[in-house]
Amino acid sequence: MVDVDLSQVNWSRAQFALTAMYHWIFVPLTLGLSFLIAFFESIYLRTGNEEWKNITKFWMALFGVNFAIGIATGIILEFEFGTNWSNYSWMVGDIFGAPLAAEGIFAFFIEATFFAVMFFGWDRVSKRFHLFSTWMVAIGSNLSALWILVANGWMQFPIGMKFNPDSARFEMENFWEVLFSPMAISKFTHTTSSSFVLASLFVIGISAWYLLKSRHVLLAQRSIMVAAIFGLLASLYVAFTGDESAYLVAQKQPMKLAVMEGLFDGQTRAPLVAAGIINGDKQPGDGQDPFWFEVKIPGALSLLSNRDINSFVPGINDLVFGNSVQNIVGVQERMEKGKMAIELLRNYKEAKKTGNESVANSSKDAFYEVQDSLGYGYLKNPAEAVPPIAITFYSFHLMVVLGSFFPLFFALILFFDVKKNKHYPSWLLKLAVLSVPLGYVASQAGWVLAEVGRQPWAIQGLLPVSVATSNVSTTAVQTTFFIFLFLFTLLLVAEIKIMATQINNGPEEK
Amino acid sequence: MIGQLDYTTLQQLWWIIASLVGSLFLFLNFVQGGQTLLFTLPKNDKEKSLIINSLGRKWELTFTTLVLFGGALFAAFPKFYATSFGGAYWVWMLILFTFIIQAVSYEYRKKPQNFLGAKTYEVFLFINGSVGILLIGAAIGTFFTGSSFSINEMNQVTWQTPYYGLEAALNFFNLSLGIFLVLNARVLGAMYLLNNIEHAEINVGCRRLAWINFMWSLPFLLFVLAKLLLMEGHAIRPENGEIFLQKWKYLQNLIGNPLLLLFLLTGLGLVIYGIFVTRFKGKNSGIWFSGPGTVLVGLTLFGLAGLNDTVFYPSTYDLQSGLTIYNASSSHYTLTAMSYVALAIPFVVAYIAYVWRQMDKRQLSISDLSGKGSNKLY
Repeated sequence: MVDVDLSQVNWSRAQFALTAMYHWIFVPLTLGLSFLIAFFESIYLRTGNEEWKNITKFWMALFGVNFAIGIATGIILEFEFGTNWSNYSWMVGDIFGAPLAAEGIFAFFIEATFFAVMFFGWDRVSKRFHLFSTWMVAIGSNLSALWILVANGWMQFPIGMKFNPDSARFEMENFWEVLFSPMAISKFTHTTSSSFVLASLFVIGISAWYLLKSRHVLLAQRSIMVAAIFGLLASLYVAFTGDESAYLVAQKQPMKLAVMEGLFDGQTRAPLVAAGIINGDKQPGDGQDPFWFEVKIPGALSLLSNRDINSFVPGINDLVFGNSVQNIVGVQERMEKGKMAIELLRNYKEAKKTGNESVANSSKDAFYEVQDSLGYGYLKNPAEAVPPIAITFYSFHLMVVLGSFFPLFFALILFFDVKKNKHYPSWLLKLAVLSVPLGYVASQAGWVLAEVGRQPWAIQGLLPVSVATSNVSTTAVQTTFFIFLFLFTLLLVAEIKIMATQINNGPEEK
Repeated sequence: MIGQLDYTTLQQLWWIIASLVGSLFLFLNFVQGGQTLLFTLPKNDKEKSLIINSLGRKWELTFTTLVLFGGALFAAFPKFYATSFGGAYWVWMLILFTFIIQAVSYEYRKKPQNFLGAKTYEVFLFINGSVGILLIGAAIGTFFTGSSFSINEMNQVTWQTPYYGLEAALNFFNLSLGIFLVLNARVLGAMYLLNNIEHAEINVGCRRLAWINFMWSLPFLLFVLAKLLLMEGHAIRPENGEIFLQKWKYLQNLIGNPLLLLFLLTGLGLVIYGIFVTRFKGKNSGIWFSGPGTVLVGLTLFGLAGLNDTVFYPSTYDLQSGLTIYNASSSHYTLTAMSYVALAIPFVVAYIAYVWRQMDKRQLSISDLSGKGSNKLY
């Protein structure tokens, strides 16, 4: 693994990014729409009004089309950990595997079992049991998200484990620390609530289109009402969890935060860049201005990062080159420690093999002194520790701008809903239709930020992607990449065509 | 109580749990088997829809069981996950592709403007049921025939063939196991449809196909069993973990573990009994014998592969690189934590069984395909 084929690593990253992004086109809608359907059906049961059943069934049909492809794209991610990231699988399997198994046992079966009742059980089970099943699908889907996000949270902020030099892997020491890691909780709440927003935008957008065409007016008005309330609450919560998320990034992944903000030189009362254009030529330490243009809010970044407007926020240069005043160890120094850790690990293994217990023990003790820097030992140069700046910066800002727009949008819809007796102006309806893709853009941007911003690490600070991959040929990964691209695009086109047709046909006539 | 279990017991327990999930998957392959009957069993489009709607109520259960099987192996035996998936890259990728196309096919087949046309989605289902299961069989076969890989001291895997796992499908034993699983899935598929659908012609066809496919599967089953019990196996020396080749390894495992012998005989008996009542007694309940029979045979296979100091993922390239449930497992702590999680399994099985009963109290019939809400069907 010493002479890693970099292009193979990059193709593996590309493949994982491709499959994850495709998967994430479908999942947020599933997570949010499942709850909206449960709301619709609950109202139906409470009121006994058949129109609500009609509404439930209409959205359920769209849910089904979307759900299927979410599953199709999801299975591949689970297995790609093994096929493309086999060394990662070994090194973290002891921690990562447990939430994944729990996900299978607790969540997937709830979804799979009650999905059949939800779709085909209308005439086969009681109304109450049907409603129960719909709720179980919503809860099951969101529980599925919990466990995988616990795993992702752990990759951003590894906790509750210890490196075992004998097995050359990380081993779990505290399951609860992994499960209730603040990063895991923040990932879960932020991701699920943002999915509720996306689904609300979807429901409102399609309903608005019906209203613009003066079709299915009752269905559209009622759907908008429920989705706008759900969307408003969810979007406010997204803002709250987003703030928490940024705070955690600042505490646990300072490099990611610096890159998100294009902050090269750390400072006290650090400003937040509200908008800006990155200077693409800028390198750490070269003295160039990182921006062509920027609008700043003084002190806001310090406040966001440390809940203290006067606090110091480290920049990329501080983190790469170190800053003795602020007590920040630079990447270069950590790389040296990391190389030492690798060397000590090798000595330990060697001594163990030859039965030299005293050398083994001393190497092991020395290794534990520097083990925190193990991952840095695999880096080729300090600049490698900096994630791609432009992608991270823009995805973060795009997400924030859209995330600020959504609550206003929902509030506006609710205003016309309540105060103007559902007389929505046509510009608002058009805006609602346009907002559907914006929900998807914001959602994708969030994941791009989370994952690109974590580079070069598979596990923050401990395992770079270059060491995490499988030892397969570049050609093999290239080939599967293009198969996925072809297959998923084909299925996406089919999905969109089916969805569009279903929307155009509207609900089943009574 | 779980907290007190020693490491070895937990490793064995998790091999048994993973085996159980894998064996249940083989039973639930009736969905895949049924998919391969799509071009033989129905006489017209209505009958085809009836079959697809019957299978469509269960496909996710099979799919989820496969996902759990993967998850359980990742969690309990991460070195296997890393070695096999990262090494036998192509075989697993091909299997996955067949499951991707399955997942959309039920939902999309009958929808207007579905881009690829109903026929394509039916072919997708057929490919999943045939190629998918064949390759899974071949992959399971390597638990006995081994693969060509080495593992270094940092536990990193190097696959030693340029075919990345495809070579598994060229081994006659693996191939036979794969073909047997496909035929057995077809038998189970026919029995499930017989049990689930109320339709005279389909029922007659199911009985016939269950029988024919069973007869075809017999030579493959007998070959696999005979070869298995005669072949050399990779064994572990308990005192130092060293791996060596042992004659009649699996036969010794079978004789040495009366429970496995009992499972095998009972399993085979149940499978045959299920076929017998289906073919000769006019019963619709064959699936409830042959299905659990398949689970027991599956448990025997996995038990022979992993228990009794056996290497469950042997390396033909470097004997000592072989994976055992002891050198490939998660840590004591993780296995303990997961065992608490696994306490939920009986509860999960219970609600699945309850829902299954609720949904299948009444057989599916042609009348279910028309009338209100019928455009929401598969």
